Amino acid sequence: MIGREVALAAAGLVALFVGLSVVVLSLVWLERKFLGRLQGRIGPMRVGPFGLLQPVADAVKLILKEDVVPAWADKGLFWIAPILMFVPSFMVWVTIPFSRDLVIRNLDMGLFYFIAVSVVSVVGLVMAGWSSASKYAILGGLRSAAQLVSYEIPVIMAVLGVVMLAGSMNLLTVVDKQASVPYILVQPLGLAVFLIAGVAEVGRTPFDIYPAESEIVGGPFVEYSGAHWAIFFLAEYINTFVVALLVTLLFLGGWQWPHLPGVWAPVVVLVKTYLVVMVIFWFRATFPRLRIDQLMAFGWQVLIPLSFVNIVLTGIQLYYRWPSWSLSLMSLGIILAMAYWQYRTQTAPAQALARSYSQRAYSQRRGA
Amino acid sequence: MTLVVFYLLAAVTLLGAMGVVVTRNVVYAALALLLSLMGVAGIYLLLFAEFLALVQVLIYGGAITVVILFAIMLTRLREYKGVMENPQWPLGLLAATALFLVLVAAFLVDSPRMNVEERLAVPFLLLGGSLFSQWAIAFEVASLVLLVALIGAIIVARGEDSRERP
Repeated sequence: MIGREVALAAAGLVALFVGLSVVVLSLVWLERKFLGRLQGRIGPMRVGPFGLLQPVADAVKLILKEDVVPAWADKGLFWIAPILMFVPSFMVWVTIPFSRDLVIRNLDMGLFYFIAVSVVSVVGLVMAGWSSASKYAILGGLRSAAQLVSYEIPVIMAVLGVVMLAGSMNLLTVVDKQASVPYILVQPLGLAVFLIAGVAEVGRTPFDIYPAESEIVGGPFVEYSGAHWAIFFLAEYINTFVVALLVTLLFLGGWQWPHLPGVWAPVVVLVKTYLVVMVIFWFRATFPRLRIDQLMAFGWQVLIPLSFVNIVLTGIQLYYRWPSWSLSLMSLGIILAMAYWQYRTQTAPAQALARSYSQRAYSQRRGA
Repeated sequence: MTLVVFYLLAAVTLLGAMGVVVTRNVVYAALALLLSLMGVAGIYLLLFAEFLALVQVLIYGGAITVVILFAIMLTRLREYKGVMENPQWPLGLLAATALFLVLVAAFLVDSPRMNVEERLAVPFLLLGGSLFSQWAIAFEVASLVLLVALIGAIIVARGEDSRERP
């Protein structure tokens, strides 16, 4: 009995490890190809058909490279840090479902488990930064601590909005409740907050403040090389995939698609997830990196208040039992207002400059 | 089985706590604290208090340890290297002894209830419901205390010179 359970768990873990490796390789390939297309290039083409074997070659290269440990590094912590970063991003998979049955163990507090476990990886980042005994690495560690603790709040609050709608933290229930209407239509504000904060949580491009290559040459990972660096790299891609997967499960209706039999459930989840991942890659190709003060200001002054507004709106709608489209309208209204306000504040300096130039040109012409 | 896991977790908790006190490196002390807190989370899990265990991991494992590490990294570590004596130790001893006695007393008074066989997990909905109805006042007081602490932190962080400004 216990032996069977252990064997099942071990099989699940092996399947998970293989699956995650394939996912990461596919993500690396997809990112390079997709970014290439967005930038008018064709991306890697040399290794394998369409460059399909490029990530495999990269992985082999990384593993074969020399693993340098800095002389002044705190050796023990330097070795533990990548593991501490990687283990949480592995642990969250225990409760993530790909269909009603395809889940290692469905927890009643699945969503909360996910949030609680994924927070621990911050300690790994800070530890990596400190133990490297390098100024860039310590700066990166500090930045990652500030950024990840700040952006954890909007993530939790956005998830809370979904939990309020579904009345459960069980991921299966959350998906089942979206049988008629996915929550992207009910709570677009929650989706916006969750996606932006999620991208910030995994430190991808508009928010890659702590590994910022052009400022601190890779942040906490500066001193890492070879297989150790590969672990950080792996964790980053897995976390990106998890964020996309959670967007799929929480807001896009998970494995549900009209007129498709249940056999297709994992395929539907994967297709939706890869689409969200491509949106995240699209961010990278579109937005320049924020400055650190902009990052903190955006987190605390825009995202966190918005996530609270989301919760209050959801509460009002649930308490007065208004139809769910009213929440969609309110949510959408807030998004549009915020977008307009951001547009005004972002473009105001440039517009003022343009106005002053045109006025000066006008007066010069009049004077001449 | 449960007993073995309990002793393991207790060992982790106690060793972590010992590490916090014994080590001369502040960063090690913070990480040992993390270990100890995780052990406590494991004990909560053993007692079927899943929600409490997850809160422990989230708040202490994630937020508080990271903030402690953040503060340590911002200070100049060399000045504090090897600082072991703390003039407040008699006070600390007093507080620790008092807490220990209170815990022992609570355990002795309440021990029949501890031995109840039906150690069932409290459903999450029930927990939330009682938190906002039966324990609403305690909940509100706790949130008020946190609010006061937040405002106090902001005032302290603003510093002396800016306090005079309206």
